[in-house]
Amino acid sequence: MDRETILSELKKVLAPYTENKAMLDGITEDTDLIRDLKINSANLVDIIIDAESQYNIEIDFDSAEKMYKVGSCIDVIVDKMNQSA
Amino acid sequence: MYNDILTLLPYKSSFLFVDNILSLDDDGVTGTYTLKHGAFFYEDHFVNNPVTPGVIITEIMAQIGLVVLGIHLIIGGNSREEVAMDEGSFPLLTATDVSFFKMVLPGEKVTVVSEKVYFRFGKLKCSIQMHNGAGELVAKGIFSGIIKNAVKKLNE
Repeated sequence: MDRETILSELKKVLAPYTENKAMLDGITEDTDLIRDLKINSANLVDIIIDAESQYNIEIDFDSAEKMYKVGSCIDVIVDKMNQSA
Repeated sequence: MYNDILTLLPYKSSFLFVDNILSLDDDGVTGTYTLKHGAFFYEDHFVNNPVTPGVIITEIMAQIGLVVLGIHLIIGGNSREEVAMDEGSFPLLTATDVSFFKMVLPGEKVTVVSEKVYFRFGKLKCSIQMHNGAGELVAKGIFSGIIKNAVKKLNE
């Protein structure tokens, strides 16, 4: 699965938690979940859990700490999918 | 035996809304609270017609269902995602979605039952119900919270 595909799927995962809906269509790998999309930091945990079930992966504490930008979320998802493959 | 944990709650007097913990394990908690006739909010809510405010119902559910269980998980859990309970930390409610079904009047005893949805990365999410003395559903909802470390002052 390529990064473009994951990014477009990630939009659906982020949508329920995103205050700044207008920005969601134009997200890039550099988009910051908290600063740009105005996501409540406590909801990052829900996003991680949703991503886990979407991709059938398990995200550990150290990986979760990196997931504050769209690009770093994709990094972790790709990394974990490769591990479980 | 479960009431030992109450000494760890960071609330006092007029804002402590837990009397008894009836059961407590890693998956959930059950506790009770009796609304005091002289509670500060009854004088004004409503004038000559005291009814427990929804925010207080919500707070009772959060203190028993989320804070008691959260402290239990933090101090007793051996999860790898365990976070340290530092002196000066305090619980923060991050989200609630509550429906109210019946009024609660002064003197009523309510029972709160909380079931853990998840506890991960320091965030606890629970499904919580409150029943009155007659066993009727008073309120139910989904609650989430975290334990926040107190901000340390510089130059101390």
